[in-house]
Amino acid sequence: MATFSTNEFRSGLKVMLDGDPCSIIENEFVKPGKGQAFNRVKLRNLKSGRVWERTFKSGESLEGADVMDRTMEYLYSDGEFWHFMEPDTYEQYQADKDAVGESAQWLKEGDRCEVTLYNDSPLAVVAANFVELEIVETDPGVKGDTASGGSKPATLSTGAVVKVPLFLSQGEIIRIDTRSGEYVGRGKS
Amino acid sequence: MRAFFDARSVLEVETPLLCSSTITDPAITPIASGERWLQTSPEYAMKRLLAAGSGPIYQICKAFRGAEAGARHNPEFTLLEWYRPGFSLSELMQEVAELVQAVLGDGPVEMLSYRELFERSLGLDPLTVGCDELEAFARERLDYSGGAETRDTWLDLLLTHLVEPGLSGRVFVYDYPASQAALARLRKDGEVTLAERFELYVDGVELANGYFELTDPGEQRARFEADNRALETRGELPRPLDEHLLAALQAGLPECAGVALGLDRLLMLKLGAERLEQVLSFDWSRC
Repeated sequence: MATFSTNEFRSGLKVMLDGDPCSIIENEFVKPGKGQAFNRVKLRNLKSGRVWERTFKSGESLEGADVMDRTMEYLYSDGEFWHFMEPDTYEQYQADKDAVGESAQWLKEGDRCEVTLYNDSPLAVVAANFVELEIVETDPGVKGDTASGGSKPATLSTGAVVKVPLFLSQGEIIRIDTRSGEYVGRGKS
Repeated sequence: MRAFFDARSVLEVETPLLCSSTITDPAITPIASGERWLQTSPEYAMKRLLAAGSGPIYQICKAFRGAEAGARHNPEFTLLEWYRPGFSLSELMQEVAELVQAVLGDGPVEMLSYRELFERSLGLDPLTVGCDELEAFARERLDYSGGAETRDTWLDLLLTHLVEPGLSGRVFVYDYPASQAALARLRKDGEVTLAERFELYVDGVELANGYFELTDPGEQRARFEADNRALETRGELPRPLDEHLLAALQAGLPECAGVALGLDRLLMLKLGAERLEQVLSFDWSRC
């Protein structure tokens, strides 16, 4: 794997640090006119998700991390692993609970999502920004109530629970913003 | 700015950008162009003019420093540099304050020694604190990837990360540690030796660096050689000494104070911009 010097650090670069793959979020060069130059670097540990700032002496280098983001199709979960497929090659990958994390509640079979591969195995899974899921359980819909602004909890086919407007009923398909976990509207399908 | 110097009878000069020698300061990476060096500042050439009897002079020019690119650094930048024969360092600080006032408008000016600055910001005496103590202090507050460092590197780390971000308004910092003198004269002050150097910060941005200039050719040569030894220790090539400057000092540089001020940064402050790229037509990443 290539190594990268501090002057090549840029947002999105994946490097190895303390044995873990990390993604650079920000890189700021600081230097007193007559003194030592440093790079203040904000990083995200791709395994733990932790974000922190580390300072390097300018000119230092880090090894690149074999990390790639791929768009894949979610196939199914067997209870222990979640299975994904690369649509072009039909190559399949299995991700464990740590890699799927919070995204599990938004994964619907057949949907596209972003899978981060580290050394060719899934490190993280990010669901599409918007997903459409079926309401499997909620209080009966209040017909015609589209204006009162009230909401009620609804359980979706994936097990996620979101707040939805009162007029929605069981069996309906709704659209969710996975970044905030909020209802954004009725689904098209 | 030209009217400012014209009113004070300071002569505008122009010196070559491509020079046969360069700065030895290990913290600065000069850029070579063919057989020549792009100047990192016009200091040496201007001192030769002063030694030749120019009287007070100023210059607005491009300067070049490799490997410096960021929010407040661009490898090609514009300097305003001027020299005042017969001025003390405090007289020059006063004039710098007046120039900044002419550009940025009225504002209070604070004067702090390097020692007071560190004592006030961090509760540390930077002149007497031990290297181990500095390292422990820094590591407690910052995640630093490097190993053992010199006192000055720890001080620079603390200055850039913890002190500068807390500065607001116009602050002159003076009386630097002797180890950070660069081309300033040294002065004994009781137990400690201080460098007669100042920096002006405006809202935490390092804007100008001034010296009561070293005029002793023997000491100048010794500092150049010490720099080159430091470069060789780091595994870098020594840099050619500016024999023209050393000959000028030998012939006699008048007692003077001089300062270099970053004009791109001044423009940034004038416009309330956060990053140099906002005031450059095309910054390093786009030229």
